[in-house]
Amino acid sequence: MSAEPILSVEGLKVRFGSGRKAFEAVRGVSFELYRDETLSLVGESGSGKTTIGRAIMRVYPAAAGSVRYRGREIAGKVGAEEERLLRQKIQMIFQDPMASLNERAKIDYIVSEGLYNFKLFKDEAERLAKVEKALLEVGLLPEFASRFPHEFSGGQRQRIGIARALAMEPEILIADEPISALDVSIRAQVINLLNKLKRDRGLSYLFIAHDLSVVRFISDRIAVIHLGRLVELAPAEELFERPLHPYTKALLSAVPVPDPDEERDKKLVVYDPASHGYEAGDAPAWREALPGHFVLANEAELRDWTAGG
Amino acid sequence: MTRIKNDTAAAGPAAPALEAAPRAPGELLLSAQDLVIGFTLRGRKLTAVRRASLELRAGETLAVVGESGSGKSVLAKSLLGMLDRNGRAESGRIMYRGVDLAAFTGEKEWLKVRGSRIAMVFQDPMTALNPLKTVGEQIREAAALHRGLDKAASRALALDMLKRVGIGEPERRYGQYPHEFSGGMLQRAVIAAAIACGPEILICDEPTTALDVTIQAQILDLIKGLQRDLGMSVLFITHDLGVVAKMADRIAVMYAGQVVEEGLSRELFYDPRHPYTWALLASLPQLGVKGEELFAIKGTPPSLFKEIKGDAFAPRNPMALKVDFEHEPPFFDLSPTHRAKTWLLDPRAPAMEAPDTVKRLKSRIADAGRAAGVAGAGSPERPGSGVKKEAKR
Ligand SMILES: Nc1ncnc2c1ncn2[C@@H]1O[C@H](COP(=O)(O)OP(=O)(O)OP(=O)(O)O)[C@@H](O)[C@H]1O
Ligand SMILES: Nc1ncnc2c1ncn2[C@@H]1O[C@H](COP(=O)(O)OP(=O)(O)OP(=O)(O)O)[C@@H](O)[C@H]1O
Ligand SMILES: [Mg+2]
Ligand SMILES: [Mg+2]
Repeated sequence: MSAEPILSVEGLKVRFGSGRKAFEAVRGVSFELYRDETLSLVGESGSGKTTIGRAIMRVYPAAAGSVRYRGREIAGKVGAEEERLLRQKIQMIFQDPMASLNERAKIDYIVSEGLYNFKLFKDEAERLAKVEKALLEVGLLPEFASRFPHEFSGGQRQRIGIARALAMEPEILIADEPISALDVSIRAQVINLLNKLKRDRGLSYLFIAHDLSVVRFISDRIAVIHLGRLVELAPAEELFERPLHPYTKALLSAVPVPDPDEERDKKLVVYDPASHGYEAGDAPAWREALPGHFVLANEAELRDWTAGG
Repeated sequence: MTRIKNDTAAAGPAAPALEAAPRAPGELLLSAQDLVIGFTLRGRKLTAVRRASLELRAGETLAVVGESGSGKSVLAKSLLGMLDRNGRAESGRIMYRGVDLAAFTGEKEWLKVRGSRIAMVFQDPMTALNPLKTVGEQIREAAALHRGLDKAASRALALDMLKRVGIGEPERRYGQYPHEFSGGMLQRAVIAAAIACGPEILICDEPTTALDVTIQAQILDLIKGLQRDLGMSVLFITHDLGVVAKMADRIAVMYAGQVVEEGLSRELFYDPRHPYTWALLASLPQLGVKGEELFAIKGTPPSLFKEIKGDAFAPRNPMALKVDFEHEPPFFDLSPTHRAKTWLLDPRAPAMEAPDTVKRLKSRIADAGRAAGVAGAGSPERPGSGVKKEAKR
């Protein structure tokens, strides 16, 4: 991990609708992503994870805050040259593989589309080789190239999306639930691939996932989001070994364990947002509780949660 | 083979066999026998399910796990006559209450079974609901259609179902549209619609992969509770082995269109015997060492366009025997409930054991859980609190 963030998000807000129906899905989120880092975003369904990814991709406009790529502001309007660069350098694997693949195109075209747009090959032979390599890397057979998306299983479609994004050779990959539909072994293969690209090409990942055992294994740092706000951010192992925020604790307690005996005796921790009892003048703030370990808390909570070591 | 005649009206009385009395727990309810399912693709034949057999017993939860593309969803859809148009059951039988569902020739026959007897919950709740109709009306219509209830009765039932799946203020929610529900609530609504028809069998195809773990836990508890209350059998397809450990009484492992190992949950987790099952368990991230490669099965699954010779897993199995490349292995029984389809269990095969990581699965996972302070004994807990409050936007 290098010292300069490749992406910095500061005070990001995203709103849907307007007037009385306006709804703020992302309510002031800040984090940095470093070169060859994997930062994971975990949290409740509907908490704003995908929305953050889409705002970075400039699919949704930011209502407030800034998004900087290599120090340059990219939220809002940018020049045509910059636009083109961003469209190659920042890729997103979309959450729903069913909806995100062009149903009428064959896999060969879907995987090559970006290669065509950015002329990333010198001749037809090289293009075909790139497609074949991209498919094999995610455990798909080259013979799949001539088929249509609906002719594949859920996990196969998801991997087509991964192959397509990686073929573009991006610098930042926003991976939104990229491996949720894969079996454990192919999941392991894709994780190994992502880690290898991180080592070899210095790729950075914003990794969004519900499977916390995968998140624990793959992440350098983890950010926990609840109702559009980050509630905790810490190095991966630290977060699992010393969760501070009660929402993080509830989340970790609900992770299903692949062991029938353990599962039988398991108890869930429940998070009740009312339990904070925040009052006026006592609002929680984003604080560094321990070195590199941030949490959303007020003074009293910070003392309580970090007490006793 | 018993067949329901084509000319029986959909809403008319069902064939006698389908009307039989409820089964005792543990009794065989549904079985796929040597089922072969093929797809036609621009003139070529793809065989997705290759002589697979599966049994579902009354009151049990059977989890189906396995390779992506191994035919889990196709097999499940064939049990409800919901295969894509280019696919069909080519041979084999699907026996349910003495009727061979695989011999059905038209929608009319399937309508007697689908929904009312065997219902399915898909991974994506959005595709299961009509965005232009209120959630409550959709549940009501399903109940009215399958149970022959009038408007008032089906409405009362729909409200009761919404309540049962833990949706607060059911009266208000009844009149809302799908987009006004959060993902977790939608998934519960889909389950409500499925059980409103009073099915004997509920098939769940990855119903919780899109949900966060707290909502997932709620939905899993919900399915368990409904199963207990209503005496349903559940066929549960998932890649999450943690979910399997939580839900399954029995587990079937699929590879390349076949079931290759099946047994009680504890038998599969603590004493797996098929090399593919070993490889699957060994790939768990919980067994990995951070910064190192995770174990993953080398190579790719076989092309389903071609005839598969011998054991389909052999080319990817470092322990494969010569015979694996020539002859398909039969099932070997390990206990009355546990069997595996691998030549390794043949008395003539050299002794071969599960990899160490797999044998240590139990202790490794317990350790990891304790370090995280989350699993099993000694975890922080609040007694009596199974379910979190309903997810709000
Ligand atoms: N296009 C949109 N219009 C209106 N509301 C939206 C839109 N997209 C998302 N939302 C709302 O914004 C909130 C955040 O949604 P988002 O998809 O970012 O959640 P998420 O954290 O990715 O959830 P999940 O884990 O279920 O994918 C939700 O309440 C959602 O209903
Ligand atoms: N409509 C179709 N036409 C052609 N082939 C199909 C069709 N639907 C599925 N298949 C193929 O059948 C095989 C089995 O697919 P299925 O969806 O059952 O897999 P699965 O085990 O559910 O996988 P996953 O875990 O990825 O969902 C796959 O190889 C798939 O490509
Ligand atoms: Mg999302
Ligand atoms: Mg499937």
